[in-house]
Amino acid sequence: MAEAAQTTRDGAAPSTALVSRLAPAFKDAGIAALIALALSVPLLSERTVQQGSSLVLQNRWWLAFTAMGLVFVGRLALNLLREGDVTSRVSAVLDQAKIGLPPTDFGRWLAPAMIAFAVILPFMPFSDRYIMDVSILVLTYVMLGWGLNIVVGLAGLLDLGYVAFYAVGAYSFALIAIHFDLGFWISLPIAGALAALWGLILGFPVLRLRGDYLAIVTLAFGEIIRVVLLNWDDLTNGPNGISGIPRPTLFGLQFKAFGDDTFAQFFGLSYSPLHRIIYLYYIILILALITCLITIRLRRLPIGRAWEALREDEIACRSLGINTTNTKLTAFAIGAMFGGFAGSFFAARQGFISPQSFTFIESAIILAIVVLGGLGSQIGVAIAAIILIGGFELFRDLEQYRMLVFGLAMVFIMVWRPRGLIATRAPTILAGGKRDPPETVGGAQ
Amino acid sequence: MASRWERDPVLTVEHLTMRFGGLLAVDNLSFSAGRGDITALIGPNGAGKTTVFNCITGFYKPSEGRIILKRGGDGVMGELAALTESGRRFVERESGALYLLERMPENQVSQTAQVARTFQNIRLFSGMTVLENLLVAQHNDLMTASGFSIGGIVGAKSYRDAEATAVEFALHWLERVDLAGRADDAAGELAYGDQRRVEIARAMCTKPTLLCLDEPAAGLNARESADLNTLLLSIREQEEISILLIEHDMGVVMGISDHIVVLDYGEKISDGTPKQVREDPAVVAAYLGVEDEHVEAATKEIAS
Repeated sequence: MAEAAQTTRDGAAPSTALVSRLAPAFKDAGIAALIALALSVPLLSERTVQQGSSLVLQNRWWLAFTAMGLVFVGRLALNLLREGDVTSRVSAVLDQAKIGLPPTDFGRWLAPAMIAFAVILPFMPFSDRYIMDVSILVLTYVMLGWGLNIVVGLAGLLDLGYVAFYAVGAYSFALIAIHFDLGFWISLPIAGALAALWGLILGFPVLRLRGDYLAIVTLAFGEIIRVVLLNWDDLTNGPNGISGIPRPTLFGLQFKAFGDDTFAQFFGLSYSPLHRIIYLYYIILILALITCLITIRLRRLPIGRAWEALREDEIACRSLGINTTNTKLTAFAIGAMFGGFAGSFFAARQGFISPQSFTFIESAIILAIVVLGGLGSQIGVAIAAIILIGGFELFRDLEQYRMLVFGLAMVFIMVWRPRGLIATRAPTILAGGKRDPPETVGGAQ
Repeated sequence: MASRWERDPVLTVEHLTMRFGGLLAVDNLSFSAGRGDITALIGPNGAGKTTVFNCITGFYKPSEGRIILKRGGDGVMGELAALTESGRRFVERESGALYLLERMPENQVSQTAQVARTFQNIRLFSGMTVLENLLVAQHNDLMTASGFSIGGIVGAKSYRDAEATAVEFALHWLERVDLAGRADDAAGELAYGDQRRVEIARAMCTKPTLLCLDEPAAGLNARESADLNTLLLSIREQEEISILLIEHDMGVVMGISDHIVVLDYGEKISDGTPKQVREDPAVVAAYLGVEDEHVEAATKEIAS
């Protein structure tokens, strides 16, 4: 890029070249500055400040104009220093920068390395309470991403209400555990089964829908579940939520400071709250890996191929004798089941749930993870979850600006890799019965 | 003497009528397709050929009429009236089976009645490999073998064997259509003519009794369409299946068909052997408007 600019500049007399470029450069910078102004007026110019007991508006017009000025000067400088317009060059640079993921052998070592790191993470010297909490959160989203990947990535059914199954799982778990006094390990499969049932219930009315229409209906379904949880006081305790959800136990051993049958007492350790956190970490790690393993296996079975075929061409599927109704419903049900498991874990970890935790933004984040990771790719989803959720935590200090950073990062990733971090699809079978090794954890390359 | 397709039909279409709102796409159409025959359905654009196809393969529910698929001997024909009366979709006996296709959804037409089809605009699963395309076509057999995924998840041997057999069958068909080396390529990356052949191979992987091809030669060059003729003839000879095809390419139609049905404006205007149809004035009129002499006469009139 720089070389190209160099040769042209050497070719023509510098002064005339500069003059001829002056007018378009100013025009372009002016347009950019106007766009910057239009954006920064609503974003920056007004601010609410608390004065005593009342909120007042603080005017910050100077900020908007500073932003505009900065954009103008910066854009002008870029225009004059280099050939061509800036926008196309930025995308050209991004195009060239497709270095990120070397094509072959990548999934082969990356996935095992990531799993190995995940297994030893709690015993690393830097692993404190904060790191473990963030890791548990990330793994929950990895699991949710993998669950939604079945519905969106494999079967191609755009589901904007996935959080509904997360909520059903969490509430089923909480209610079963409290009212029937059942432990974590018995309530977990029941909650998963209930979520799968709700997956079927949602699946039936939307069988004939695809694309945008399906997205709208699933979005509504997600909201309906939340509103029901919010208003069904008798069962769900409404907006106050449910507290006192039992914590998971290890073969009956509890993670408590005092009392009989505690983990610390049994193993002769001194009590540390970190024990429980590490235990939770391993539970979600195992749940997530099971989700991944089952998905990878299913993908290679006739049902998995039928899902992908359904994503590619539903009419052709029907002409080949595939019952698309059953195929879609299994995708919904299995995806919902994993969402339900993740919800159960969430409830058991928090000990408290309320409808606040199951808003649309959760669905959006999970969908963003799947899309960003690359539809259908297991390892891509894991990486995207780490980037998104980890990034959220990393930029916590930036407070309100972290959404801005987050949005920018997403725009850049989508420009850089429009089909997600890992866009290549691994075949489920090769002629001669050979399996594709990197596929073992991934659909990577 | 009754023609051979009336003596032993695999497919009998009776009084088929299809209306879309006020539009009458197919009007009281009746014809038979003989067992082991290549039957061509031809006609000008908009004659209703694809609509007939969609009715036969279950994609449309006909407004009126009956579509009977018969497998095996004639013994079962005696049950036709009872079957129609009963409201059931099919009857299967030792000696043969009858299916009323107009009552079935498209996936059952394929799975139970064993009618396979291809599409005018190729509908491959373009992101998946060629081999995967052919395995999806064997979905129902494999699904049963995988114990509805339960056996497959735990890696049962019976499923692995079934899958190996399915792969073998798929590779056999890839060889038949000359694409053995392309099994692991994404179907969408193949050349147009190759995609057409993959679609036929995929349809054959459903192990059909009747193969319906919607313009299989569209977009093929002369050599490819000659190869297609050879392929279709070999399918008929070796697999003992019947073929029903829609085609505009007269080289293909006249070269390989045993029986031609001509449609125009949703009505049958001719029905017979290629020779009979070619000489039928109604067909010539439908394709060319009127015969040449009339055109010449008209031209002279205008000139004078």
